[in-house]
Amino acid sequence: MKKHIFLIILGILFLIFPLVIRSSYYQHLVIIIFMWVVIGSSWNLLAGYTGQVSFGHAIFFGVGAYTAGIFATKLGISAWWGMMFGGFFSMLVGLFVGWVCFRLRGPYFALATLAGGEIIRLIATNWESLTEGMMGILIIQTFKSKLSYYYISFVLAISCIYVIHLIMKSKWGYYFVSIREDEDAASSLGINTTLYKNISLLVSSFFTGMAGAFYMNYMAFIDPEVVFSLHYISIMAILVGIVGGVATIWGPAVGAFVMVGLQETFRSSFFGLAPKWISQAHALVFGLLVIFVIMFLANGIVGDWGKIKQHVFRMKPSSS
Amino acid sequence: MGLLEVKNLTKAFGGLLAVNDVSFHVEEGEIVGLIGPNGSGKTTTFNCINQFFPVTSGDILFKGKSIIGLKTHKICHLGIGRTFQVVKPLARMTVLENVTASAFCRVNTIKEAKDEALRVLEFCNLADQNDKLAKSLPIAGRKRLEIARSLATKPNLLLLDEVAAGLNPGELDEAIDLIKKIRDNGISILIVEHIMKVIMTISDRIHAINFGQTIAEGIPQEVANNQAVIEAYLGEQHAQG
Repeated sequence: MKKHIFLIILGILFLIFPLVIRSSYYQHLVIIIFMWVVIGSSWNLLAGYTGQVSFGHAIFFGVGAYTAGIFATKLGISAWWGMMFGGFFSMLVGLFVGWVCFRLRGPYFALATLAGGEIIRLIATNWESLTEGMMGILIIQTFKSKLSYYYISFVLAISCIYVIHLIMKSKWGYYFVSIREDEDAASSLGINTTLYKNISLLVSSFFTGMAGAFYMNYMAFIDPEVVFSLHYISIMAILVGIVGGVATIWGPAVGAFVMVGLQETFRSSFFGLAPKWISQAHALVFGLLVIFVIMFLANGIVGDWGKIKQHVFRMKPSSS
Repeated sequence: MGLLEVKNLTKAFGGLLAVNDVSFHVEEGEIVGLIGPNGSGKTTTFNCINQFFPVTSGDILFKGKSIIGLKTHKICHLGIGRTFQVVKPLARMTVLENVTASAFCRVNTIKEAKDEALRVLEFCNLADQNDKLAKSLPIAGRKRLEIARSLATKPNLLLLDEVAAGLNPGELDEAIDLIKKIRDNGISILIVEHIMKVIMTISDRIHAINFGQTIAEGIPQEVANNQAVIEAYLGEQHAQG
Protein backbone atom coordinates (compact mmCIF):
# COMPACT_ATOMS: atom_id res chain seq x y z
CA MET A 1 0.00 0.00 0.00
CA LYS A 2 2.83 2.35 0.96
CA LYS A 3 4.38 1.67 -2.41
CA HIS A 4 1.16 2.49 -4.26
CA ILE A 5 0.82 5.83 -2.49
CA PHE A 6 4.43 6.63 -3.32
CA LEU A 7 3.84 5.83 -6.99
CA ILE A 8 0.67 7.91 -7.14
CA ILE A 9 2.42 10.91 -5.58
CA LEU A 10 5.30 10.47 -8.01
CA GLY A 11 2.85 10.31 -10.90
CA ILE A 12 1.09 13.49 -9.80
CA LEU A 13 4.44 15.27 -9.41
CA PHE A 14 5.34 14.37 -12.98
CA LEU A 15 1.91 15.49 -14.18
CA ILE A 16 2.25 18.97 -12.70
CA PHE A 17 6.00 19.28 -13.30
CA PRO A 18 5.81 21.08 -16.68
CA LEU A 19 3.11 23.42 -15.33
CA VAL A 20 5.34 24.48 -12.46
CA ILE A 21 8.75 24.38 -14.13
CA ARG A 22 8.25 26.52 -17.21
CA SER A 23 11.85 26.25 -18.39
CA SER A 24 11.72 24.45 -21.71
CA TYR A 25 15.23 23.14 -21.10
CA TYR A 26 14.19 21.10 -18.06
CA GLN A 27 11.00 20.01 -19.78
CA HIS A 28 13.13 18.81 -22.67
CA LEU A 29 15.34 16.82 -20.30
CA VAL A 30 12.40 15.03 -18.74
CA ILE A 31 10.93 14.27 -22.17
CA ILE A 32 14.21 12.63 -23.18
CA ILE A 33 14.24 10.74 -19.89
CA PHE A 34 10.72 9.41 -20.54
CA MET A 35 11.85 8.29 -23.98
CA TRP A 36 14.75 6.42 -22.41
CA VAL A 37 12.44 4.85 -19.85
CA VAL A 38 10.61 3.28 -22.79
CA ILE A 39 13.76 2.10 -24.56
CA GLY A 40 15.42 0.86 -21.35
CA SER A 41 12.30 -1.00 -20.21
CA SER A 42 11.92 -2.64 -23.62
CA TRP A 43 15.54 -3.68 -23.61
CA ASN A 44 15.06 -5.00 -20.09
CA LEU A 45 12.11 -7.18 -21.14
CA LEU A 46 14.24 -8.95 -23.73
CA ALA A 47 17.65 -8.92 -22.03
CA GLY A 48 16.84 -8.72 -18.33
CA TYR A 49 13.81 -10.98 -18.10
CA THR A 50 14.20 -13.26 -21.10
CA GLY A 51 18.01 -13.38 -20.95
CA GLN A 52 18.56 -12.52 -24.62
CA VAL A 53 21.04 -9.67 -24.37
CA SER A 54 20.62 -7.34 -27.30
CA PHE A 55 23.41 -5.04 -28.47
CA GLY A 56 21.27 -3.82 -31.32
CA HIS A 57 18.27 -1.97 -29.96
CA ALA A 58 19.18 0.91 -32.25
CA ILE A 59 17.75 -1.29 -35.03
CA PHE A 60 14.25 -0.92 -33.61
CA PHE A 61 14.66 2.67 -32.49
CA GLY A 62 15.94 3.69 -35.92
CA VAL A 63 13.33 1.74 -37.85
CA GLY A 64 10.61 3.38 -35.76
CA ALA A 65 12.07 6.83 -36.34
CA TYR A 66 12.55 6.31 -40.06
CA THR A 67 9.09 4.84 -40.48
CA ALA A 68 7.55 7.95 -38.98
CA GLY A 69 9.88 10.21 -40.96
CA ILE A 70 9.37 8.53 -44.31
CA PHE A 71 5.60 8.35 -43.82
CA ALA A 72 5.59 12.08 -43.20
CA THR A 73 7.91 13.18 -46.02
CA LYS A 74 7.14 10.64 -48.76
CA LEU A 75 3.51 9.81 -48.15
CA GLY A 76 2.38 12.96 -46.41
CA ILE A 77 0.84 10.97 -43.56
CA SER A 78 1.07 12.69 -40.19
CA ALA A 79 4.10 11.52 -38.26
CA TRP A 80 1.76 10.79 -35.36
CA TRP A 81 0.24 7.98 -37.36
CA GLY A 82 3.85 7.10 -37.93
CA MET A 83 4.09 6.35 -34.23
CA MET A 84 1.73 3.40 -34.50
CA PHE A 85 3.31 2.33 -37.77
CA GLY A 86 6.77 2.86 -36.30
CA GLY A 87 6.05 0.31 -33.60
CA PHE A 88 4.49 -2.01 -36.14
CA PHE A 89 7.38 -1.85 -38.62
CA SER A 90 9.84 -2.33 -35.79
CA MET A 91 7.99 -5.51 -34.94
CA LEU A 92 8.31 -6.71 -38.52
CA VAL A 93 12.03 -6.04 -38.41
CA GLY A 94 12.08 -7.71 -34.99
CA LEU A 95 10.51 -10.80 -36.52
CA PHE A 96 13.31 -10.96 -39.05
CA VAL A 97 16.01 -10.27 -36.45
CA GLY A 98 14.56 -13.04 -34.29
CA TRP A 99 14.40 -15.45 -37.20
CA VAL A 100 18.09 -14.90 -37.88
CA CYS A 101 19.58 -14.27 -34.44
CA PHE A 102 17.67 -16.72 -32.23
CA ARG A 103 19.52 -19.57 -33.89
CA LEU A 104 22.34 -18.38 -31.66
CA ARG A 105 22.52 -18.37 -27.89
CA GLY A 106 24.13 -16.20 -25.24
CA PRO A 107 27.04 -14.04 -26.34
CA TYR A 108 26.66 -15.15 -29.95
CA PHE A 109 23.15 -13.78 -30.00
CA ALA A 110 24.48 -10.50 -28.59
CA LEU A 111 27.15 -10.30 -31.30
CA ALA A 112 24.61 -11.05 -34.01
CA THR A 113 22.39 -8.18 -32.86
CA LEU A 114 25.45 -5.91 -32.72
CA ALA A 115 26.21 -6.79 -36.33
CA GLY A 116 22.55 -6.32 -37.24
CA GLY A 117 22.64 -2.79 -35.89
CA GLU A 118 25.66 -1.89 -37.99
CA ILE A 119 24.15 -3.48 -41.10
CA ILE A 120 20.95 -1.51 -40.86
CA ARG A 121 22.86 1.72 -40.17
CA LEU A 122 24.81 1.20 -43.40
CA ILE A 123 21.62 0.41 -45.31
CA ALA A 124 20.01 3.60 -44.03
CA THR A 125 23.12 5.58 -44.97
CA ASN A 126 23.32 4.25 -48.51
CA TRP A 127 19.69 3.76 -49.56
CA GLU A 128 19.39 7.43 -50.38
CA SER A 129 16.25 7.22 -52.50
CA LEU A 130 14.33 6.09 -49.43
CA THR A 131 16.17 7.60 -46.48
CA GLU A 132 17.96 10.63 -47.93
CA GLY A 133 21.17 9.04 -46.65
CA MET A 134 23.40 11.27 -44.58
CA MET A 135 21.21 14.26 -45.39
CA GLY A 136 18.75 12.90 -42.91
CA ILE A 137 15.03 13.52 -42.72
CA LEU A 138 13.60 16.84 -41.61
CA ILE A 139 9.94 17.33 -40.78
CA ILE A 140 8.00 20.19 -39.30
CA GLN A 141 7.12 19.84 -35.64
CA THR A 142 3.41 19.57 -34.95
CA PHE A 143 3.41 21.43 -31.64
CA LYS A 144 5.17 24.64 -30.68
CA SER A 145 5.11 24.13 -26.94
CA LYS A 146 6.87 21.28 -25.23
CA LEU A 147 3.83 20.52 -23.10
CA SER A 148 2.18 18.19 -25.63
CA TYR A 149 5.38 16.24 -26.19
CA TYR A 150 5.84 16.01 -22.46
CA TYR A 151 2.46 14.36 -21.87
CA ILE A 152 2.74 12.10 -24.91
CA SER A 153 6.11 10.78 -23.77
CA PHE A 154 4.79 10.46 -20.22
CA VAL A 155 1.86 8.33 -21.36
CA LEU A 156 4.15 6.26 -23.55
CA ALA A 157 6.53 5.59 -20.65
CA ILE A 158 3.73 4.72 -18.23
CA SER A 159 2.03 2.38 -20.68
CA CYS A 160 5.31 0.67 -21.54
CA ILE A 161 6.08 -0.02 -17.88
CA TYR A 162 2.51 -1.09 -17.20
CA VAL A 163 2.36 -3.50 -20.13
CA ILE A 164 5.66 -5.07 -19.13
CA HIS A 165 4.42 -5.32 -15.55
CA LEU A 166 1.28 -7.14 -16.75
CA ILE A 167 3.32 -9.46 -18.98
CA MET A 168 5.69 -10.36 -16.18
CA LYS A 169 2.78 -11.28 -13.90
CA SER A 170 1.32 -13.62 -16.50
CA LYS A 171 2.25 -17.00 -17.90
CA TRP A 172 4.51 -15.24 -20.39
CA GLY A 173 6.52 -13.76 -17.53
CA TYR A 174 7.15 -17.17 -15.99
CA TYR A 175 8.14 -18.50 -19.38
CA PHE A 176 10.51 -15.62 -20.13
CA VAL A 177 12.36 -16.03 -16.84
CA SER A 178 12.50 -19.81 -17.25
CA ILE A 179 14.12 -19.36 -20.65
CA ARG A 180 16.65 -16.97 -19.13
CA GLU A 181 17.54 -19.40 -16.37
CA ASP A 182 17.91 -22.52 -18.51
CA GLU A 183 16.74 -22.89 -22.06
CA ASP A 184 17.09 -26.70 -22.18
CA ALA A 185 15.23 -27.18 -18.92
CA ALA A 186 12.55 -24.78 -20.15
CA SER A 187 11.96 -26.71 -23.35
CA SER A 188 11.78 -30.02 -21.47
CA LEU A 189 9.05 -28.43 -19.31
CA GLY A 190 6.93 -27.88 -22.39
CA ILE A 191 7.94 -24.29 -23.10
CA ASN A 192 8.25 -23.46 -26.78
CA THR A 193 11.44 -21.47 -26.28
CA THR A 194 11.71 -20.17 -29.85
CA LEU A 195 8.14 -18.88 -29.79
CA TYR A 196 8.45 -17.14 -26.44
CA LYS A 197 11.83 -15.58 -27.20
CA ASN A 198 10.23 -14.13 -30.30
CA ILE A 199 7.23 -12.84 -28.37
CA SER A 200 9.57 -11.09 -25.96
CA LEU A 201 11.53 -9.61 -28.86
CA LEU A 202 8.36 -8.43 -30.61
CA VAL A 203 7.00 -6.61 -27.56
CA SER A 204 10.44 -5.11 -26.96
CA SER A 205 10.85 -3.97 -30.57
CA PHE A 206 7.32 -2.55 -30.68
CA PHE A 207 7.90 -0.17 -27.78
CA THR A 208 11.41 0.73 -28.90
CA GLY A 209 10.00 1.52 -32.35
CA MET A 210 7.33 3.72 -30.76
CA ALA A 211 10.07 5.56 -28.88
CA GLY A 212 11.95 6.02 -32.15
CA ALA A 213 8.89 7.40 -33.90
CA PHE A 214 8.30 9.73 -30.98
CA TYR A 215 11.89 10.94 -31.30
CA MET A 216 11.26 11.72 -34.97
CA ASN A 217 8.17 13.72 -34.08
CA TYR A 218 9.83 15.53 -31.25
CA MET A 219 13.28 16.32 -32.62
CA ALA A 220 11.95 16.77 -36.18
CA PHE A 221 15.32 15.73 -37.58
CA ILE A 222 17.01 12.35 -37.82
CA ASP A 223 19.98 10.91 -39.64
CA PRO A 224 21.45 7.39 -39.60
CA GLU A 225 24.35 8.37 -37.37
CA VAL A 226 21.97 9.42 -34.63
CA VAL A 227 19.10 6.93 -34.64
CA PHE A 228 21.08 3.85 -35.64
CA SER A 229 24.04 4.78 -33.45
CA LEU A 230 25.68 1.91 -31.62
CA HIS A 231 27.07 4.28 -29.01
CA TYR A 232 24.14 6.62 -28.41
CA ILE A 233 21.28 4.14 -28.68
CA SER A 234 22.26 0.46 -28.41
CA ILE A 235 24.91 0.85 -25.71
CA MET A 236 22.94 3.55 -23.92
CA ALA A 237 19.95 1.17 -23.74
CA ILE A 238 22.18 -1.41 -22.08
CA LEU A 239 23.60 1.16 -19.64
CA VAL A 240 20.14 2.38 -18.68
CA GLY A 241 19.20 -1.22 -17.98
CA ILE A 242 22.20 -2.30 -15.96
CA VAL A 243 22.66 0.92 -13.99
CA GLY A 244 19.00 0.96 -12.99
CA GLY A 245 18.68 -2.74 -12.41
CA VAL A 246 18.32 -5.64 -14.81
CA ALA A 247 15.13 -7.68 -14.47
CA THR A 248 13.35 -5.19 -12.25
CA ILE A 249 10.25 -3.27 -13.32
CA TRP A 250 11.46 0.15 -12.14
CA GLY A 251 15.15 -0.37 -12.80
CA PRO A 252 15.27 1.04 -16.33
CA ALA A 253 13.17 4.01 -15.23
CA VAL A 254 15.68 4.87 -12.52
CA GLY A 255 18.52 4.10 -14.92
CA ALA A 256 17.08 6.51 -17.48
CA PHE A 257 17.11 9.33 -14.92
CA VAL A 258 20.66 8.61 -13.85
CA MET A 259 22.07 8.14 -17.33
CA VAL A 260 20.33 11.04 -19.06
CA GLY A 261 21.11 13.19 -16.04
CA LEU A 262 24.78 12.28 -16.17
CA GLN A 263 24.99 12.67 -19.91
CA GLU A 264 23.46 16.12 -19.75
CA THR A 265 25.55 17.21 -16.79
CA PHE A 266 28.71 16.45 -18.69
CA ARG A 267 27.48 17.62 -22.08
CA SER A 268 26.77 21.03 -20.56
CA SER A 269 30.00 21.01 -18.50
CA PHE A 270 28.10 20.92 -15.20
CA PHE A 271 25.55 23.39 -16.53
CA GLY A 272 28.27 25.83 -17.51
CA LEU A 273 29.91 25.90 -14.08
CA ALA A 274 32.95 23.79 -14.99
CA PRO A 275 35.50 24.43 -17.74
CA LYS A 276 34.47 23.39 -21.25
CA TRP A 277 36.83 20.42 -21.53
CA ILE A 278 34.80 18.54 -18.93
CA SER A 279 32.19 17.86 -21.59
CA GLN A 280 34.71 15.65 -23.37
CA ALA A 281 34.93 13.41 -20.33
CA HIS A 282 31.45 11.93 -20.45
CA ALA A 283 32.48 8.67 -22.12
CA LEU A 284 35.13 8.22 -19.44
CA VAL A 285 32.60 8.78 -16.69
CA PHE A 286 30.17 6.31 -18.26
CA GLY A 287 32.97 3.77 -18.27
CA LEU A 288 33.83 4.38 -14.63
CA LEU A 289 30.15 4.19 -13.71
CA VAL A 290 29.77 0.81 -15.39
CA ILE A 291 32.84 -0.51 -13.55
CA PHE A 292 31.44 0.81 -10.28
CA VAL A 293 28.01 -0.68 -10.86
CA ILE A 294 29.39 -4.07 -11.85
CA MET A 295 31.71 -4.22 -8.86
CA PHE A 296 29.42 -2.90 -6.15
CA LEU A 297 25.86 -2.95 -7.44
CA ALA A 298 25.73 -5.97 -9.71
CA ASN A 299 21.93 -5.89 -9.68
CA GLY A 300 21.71 -2.18 -10.40
CA ILE A 301 20.32 0.61 -8.27
CA VAL A 302 16.84 -0.89 -7.91
CA GLY A 303 18.04 -4.50 -7.67
CA ASP A 304 20.51 -3.66 -4.92
CA TRP A 305 18.39 -1.02 -3.19
CA GLY A 306 18.58 -2.92 0.09
CA LYS A 307 22.37 -2.81 -0.08
CA ILE A 308 22.36 0.92 -0.84
CA LYS A 309 20.04 1.65 2.09
CA GLN A 310 22.30 -0.35 4.37
CA HIS A 311 25.61 1.21 3.36
CA VAL A 312 24.70 4.73 2.29
CA PHE A 313 21.85 5.59 4.59
CA ARG A 314 23.03 3.36 7.46
CA MET A 315 19.64 1.71 7.66
CA LYS A 316 19.06 -1.79 8.95
CA PRO A 317 18.39 -4.24 6.10
CA SER A 318 14.71 -5.05 6.00
CA SER A 319 14.00 -8.63 6.92
CA SER A 320 12.98 -10.44 3.76
CA MET B 1 0.95 -52.27 -27.03
CA GLY B 2 3.23 -50.46 -24.64
CA LEU B 3 2.99 -46.86 -23.56
CA LEU B 4 6.48 -46.20 -24.87
CA GLU B 5 8.09 -48.37 -27.50
CA VAL B 6 11.67 -47.82 -28.53
CA LYS B 7 12.43 -49.75 -31.70
CA ASN B 8 15.97 -50.31 -32.97
CA LEU B 9 17.05 -46.91 -31.69
CA THR B 10 20.46 -45.85 -33.01
CA LYS B 11 22.25 -42.59 -32.30
CA ALA B 12 25.64 -41.85 -33.82
CA PHE B 13 27.88 -38.92 -32.99
CA GLY B 14 30.15 -38.90 -36.02
CA GLY B 15 31.67 -42.38 -36.08
CA LEU B 16 30.75 -43.15 -32.48
CA LEU B 17 27.65 -45.23 -31.97
CA ALA B 18 26.41 -43.99 -28.60
CA VAL B 19 23.22 -46.02 -28.84
CA ASN B 20 23.22 -48.99 -31.18
CA ASP B 21 20.05 -50.81 -32.15
CA VAL B 22 18.40 -50.68 -28.72
CA SER B 23 14.78 -51.81 -28.38
CA PHE B 24 12.64 -51.84 -25.27
CA HIS B 25 9.20 -50.84 -24.13
CA VAL B 26 7.45 -49.47 -21.07
CA GLU B 27 3.95 -50.66 -20.23
CA GLU B 28 1.30 -48.57 -18.53
CA GLY B 29 1.92 -48.36 -14.76
CA GLU B 30 5.32 -50.00 -14.95
CA ILE B 31 8.71 -48.97 -13.61
CA VAL B 32 11.46 -49.94 -16.01
CA GLY B 33 15.09 -49.57 -15.01
CA LEU B 34 17.72 -48.72 -17.57
CA ILE B 35 21.18 -49.65 -16.33
CA GLY B 36 24.68 -49.81 -17.70
CA PRO B 37 28.20 -48.69 -16.85
CA ASN B 38 29.27 -45.09 -17.36
CA GLY B 39 29.14 -43.98 -20.94
CA SER B 40 26.96 -46.85 -22.06
CA GLY B 41 24.36 -44.56 -23.63
CA LYS B 42 21.65 -44.23 -21.00
CA THR B 43 21.37 -40.47 -20.94
CA THR B 44 21.74 -40.37 -24.71
CA THR B 45 18.70 -42.65 -24.91
CA PHE B 46 16.79 -40.15 -22.77
CA ASN B 47 17.94 -37.26 -24.92
CA CYS B 48 16.69 -39.14 -27.97
CA ILE B 49 13.32 -39.88 -26.38
CA ASN B 50 12.65 -36.24 -25.58
CA GLN B 51 14.21 -35.19 -28.86
CA PHE B 52 17.09 -33.09 -27.63
CA PHE B 53 19.07 -34.97 -30.25
CA PRO B 54 17.84 -36.01 -33.66
CA VAL B 55 17.75 -39.80 -33.87
CA THR B 56 20.06 -41.45 -36.42
CA SER B 57 17.73 -44.38 -37.11
CA GLY B 58 15.04 -46.41 -35.45
CA ASP B 59 11.66 -45.34 -34.14
CA ILE B 60 10.17 -44.20 -30.85
CA LEU B 61 6.43 -44.68 -30.36
CA PHE B 62 4.51 -43.00 -27.55
CA LYS B 63 0.87 -44.07 -27.12
CA GLY B 64 1.26 -45.80 -30.47
CA LYS B 65 2.39 -42.74 -32.41
CA SER B 66 5.88 -41.95 -33.60
CA ILE B 67 7.44 -38.96 -31.84
CA ILE B 68 10.51 -38.76 -34.05
CA GLY B 69 11.16 -35.24 -35.30
CA LEU B 70 8.88 -33.46 -32.83
CA LYS B 71 10.19 -30.51 -30.84
CA THR B 72 11.20 -31.08 -27.21
CA HIS B 73 8.37 -28.95 -25.83
CA LYS B 74 5.85 -30.94 -27.90
CA ILE B 75 7.11 -34.17 -26.33
CA CYS B 76 6.36 -32.68 -22.94
CA HIS B 77 2.85 -31.69 -24.01
CA LEU B 78 2.26 -35.25 -25.25
CA GLY B 79 2.95 -36.50 -21.73
CA ILE B 80 6.61 -37.36 -21.32
CA GLY B 81 8.31 -35.58 -18.43
CA ARG B 82 11.99 -35.83 -17.67
CA THR B 83 14.55 -34.89 -15.07
CA PHE B 84 18.19 -34.14 -15.71
CA GLN B 85 21.15 -36.03 -14.33
CA VAL B 86 23.03 -32.76 -14.00
CA VAL B 87 20.21 -30.88 -12.29
CA LYS B 88 18.99 -27.77 -14.05
CA PRO B 89 17.15 -25.71 -11.45
CA LEU B 90 15.85 -22.35 -12.67
CA ALA B 91 18.29 -20.86 -10.21
CA ARG B 92 17.04 -17.32 -9.63
CA MET B 93 13.41 -18.35 -9.30
CA THR B 94 11.87 -19.64 -6.11
CA VAL B 95 10.96 -23.30 -5.77
CA LEU B 96 7.29 -22.41 -6.17
CA GLU B 97 7.98 -20.34 -9.29
CA ASN B 98 9.99 -23.19 -10.79
CA VAL B 99 7.08 -25.57 -10.46
CA THR B 100 4.47 -22.96 -11.41
CA ALA B 101 6.29 -22.28 -14.67
CA SER B 102 6.06 -25.92 -15.62
CA ALA B 103 2.44 -26.27 -14.45
CA PHE B 104 1.49 -23.80 -17.21
CA CYS B 105 2.03 -26.75 -19.52
CA ARG B 106 -1.54 -27.88 -18.75
CA VAL B 107 -3.33 -24.82 -17.39
CA ASN B 108 -3.52 -21.19 -18.39
CA THR B 109 -4.27 -18.99 -15.41
CA ILE B 110 -1.83 -18.05 -12.67
CA LYS B 111 -4.17 -19.31 -9.99
CA GLU B 112 -4.59 -22.79 -11.47
CA ALA B 113 -0.86 -23.08 -12.09
CA LYS B 114 -0.02 -22.03 -8.54
CA ASP B 115 -2.56 -24.43 -7.05
CA GLU B 116 -1.19 -27.26 -9.13
CA ALA B 117 2.37 -26.33 -8.14
CA LEU B 118 1.47 -26.26 -4.44
CA ARG B 119 -0.20 -29.65 -4.76
CA VAL B 120 2.86 -31.16 -6.47
CA LEU B 121 5.27 -29.62 -3.97
CA GLU B 122 3.21 -31.03 -1.14
CA PHE B 123 3.32 -34.44 -2.85
CA CYS B 124 7.12 -34.22 -3.15
CA ASN B 125 7.60 -33.05 0.45
CA LEU B 126 9.04 -29.76 -0.72
CA ALA B 127 6.22 -27.50 0.44
CA ASP B 128 8.26 -26.02 3.29
CA GLN B 129 10.86 -24.80 0.77
CA ASN B 130 8.39 -22.92 -1.45
CA ASP B 131 9.85 -19.47 -1.02
CA LYS B 132 13.50 -20.39 -1.22
CA LEU B 133 15.48 -19.66 -4.34
CA ALA B 134 16.12 -22.83 -6.29
CA LYS B 135 19.86 -22.24 -6.20
CA SER B 136 19.87 -22.28 -2.40
CA LEU B 137 18.58 -25.87 -2.22
CA PRO B 138 21.00 -28.69 -1.34
CA ILE B 139 21.43 -31.50 -3.85
CA ALA B 140 18.66 -33.68 -2.42
CA GLY B 141 16.26 -30.73 -2.68
CA ARG B 142 17.33 -29.99 -6.22
CA LYS B 143 16.72 -33.59 -7.28
CA ARG B 144 13.28 -33.42 -5.70
CA LEU B 145 12.63 -30.12 -7.45
CA GLU B 146 13.51 -31.77 -10.77
CA ILE B 147 10.90 -34.42 -10.06
CA ALA B 148 8.32 -31.90 -8.85
CA ARG B 149 8.81 -29.75 -11.93
CA SER B 150 8.32 -32.61 -14.34
CA LEU B 151 5.33 -33.91 -12.36
CA ALA B 152 3.66 -30.51 -12.68
CA THR B 153 3.51 -31.03 -16.43
CA LYS B 154 1.19 -34.01 -15.69
CA PRO B 155 3.12 -36.65 -17.59
CA ASN B 156 1.98 -40.19 -18.37
CA LEU B 157 5.57 -41.29 -18.52
CA LEU B 158 8.39 -39.91 -16.43
CA LEU B 159 12.04 -40.29 -17.41
CA LEU B 160 14.15 -40.12 -14.26
CA ASP B 161 17.87 -39.63 -14.86
CA GLU B 162 19.87 -40.58 -11.75
CA VAL B 163 17.59 -38.90 -9.27
CA ALA B 164 19.19 -40.80 -6.40
CA ALA B 165 22.83 -40.02 -7.17
CA GLY B 166 24.60 -38.07 -4.44
CA LEU B 167 21.96 -38.71 -1.77
CA ASN B 168 22.71 -40.03 1.72
CA PRO B 169 21.03 -43.28 2.92
CA GLY B 170 18.12 -41.50 4.60
CA GLU B 171 17.43 -39.37 1.56
CA LEU B 172 17.72 -42.48 -0.59
CA ASP B 173 14.85 -44.19 1.19
CA GLU B 174 12.75 -41.05 0.82
CA ALA B 175 13.54 -40.97 -2.89
CA ILE B 176 12.51 -44.60 -3.29
CA ASP B 177 9.23 -43.90 -1.47
CA LEU B 178 8.58 -40.90 -3.68
CA ILE B 179 9.18 -42.87 -6.88
CA LYS B 180 6.83 -45.61 -5.70
CA LYS B 181 4.24 -42.99 -4.80
CA ILE B 182 4.48 -41.53 -8.29
CA ARG B 183 3.90 -44.94 -9.85
CA ASP B 184 0.92 -45.52 -7.56
CA ASN B 185 -0.55 -42.36 -9.05
CA GLY B 186 -0.62 -44.09 -12.42
CA ILE B 187 2.51 -42.61 -13.95
CA SER B 188 4.82 -45.01 -15.73
CA ILE B 189 8.50 -44.55 -15.08
CA LEU B 190 11.67 -45.18 -17.02
CA ILE B 191 14.57 -44.75 -14.63
CA VAL B 192 18.31 -44.58 -15.12
CA GLU B 193 20.20 -45.27 -11.93
CA HIS B 194 23.56 -46.50 -10.75
CA ILE B 195 22.58 -47.17 -7.19
CA MET B 196 21.57 -50.84 -7.18
CA LYS B 197 19.55 -50.54 -3.98
CA VAL B 198 17.20 -48.17 -5.79
CA ILE B 199 17.02 -49.90 -9.12
CA MET B 200 16.65 -53.43 -7.73
CA THR B 201 13.91 -52.54 -5.25
CA ILE B 202 11.64 -50.48 -7.43
CA SER B 203 12.00 -51.78 -10.98
CA ASP B 204 9.47 -54.18 -12.44
CA ARG B 205 11.83 -54.92 -15.29
CA ILE B 206 15.40 -53.93 -16.04
CA HIS B 207 17.03 -53.27 -19.36
CA ALA B 208 20.84 -53.38 -19.29
CA ILE B 209 23.00 -51.79 -21.96
CA ASN B 210 26.73 -51.52 -22.51
CA PHE B 211 28.55 -49.65 -25.27
CA GLY B 212 25.15 -48.65 -26.61
CA GLN B 213 23.92 -52.22 -27.04
CA THR B 214 21.42 -54.27 -25.12
CA ILE B 215 23.14 -56.96 -23.04
CA ALA B 216 20.29 -58.20 -20.88
CA GLU B 217 16.64 -57.72 -20.15
CA GLY B 218 14.27 -59.15 -17.58
CA ILE B 219 13.13 -58.98 -13.98
CA PRO B 220 15.72 -57.60 -11.52
CA GLN B 221 16.95 -61.00 -10.22
CA GLU B 222 17.51 -62.34 -13.71
CA VAL B 223 19.48 -59.30 -14.78
CA ALA B 224 21.53 -59.26 -11.59
CA ASN B 225 22.63 -62.85 -12.25
CA ASN B 226 23.18 -62.37 -15.96
CA GLN B 227 26.77 -63.19 -17.02
CA ALA B 228 27.01 -60.31 -19.49
CA VAL B 229 25.84 -57.78 -16.90
CA ILE B 230 28.30 -58.99 -14.27
CA GLU B 231 31.06 -58.87 -16.86
CA ALA B 232 30.14 -55.32 -17.85
CA TYR B 233 30.14 -54.09 -14.26
CA LEU B 234 32.80 -56.18 -12.55
CA GLY B 235 35.05 -57.58 -15.27
CA GLU B 236 35.53 -61.04 -16.81
CA GLN B 237 36.93 -62.90 -13.77
CA HIS B 238 33.80 -62.27 -11.74
CA ALA B 239 31.60 -63.36 -14.60
CA GLN B 240 33.24 -66.75 -14.77
CA GLY B 241 33.43 -67.33 -11.04
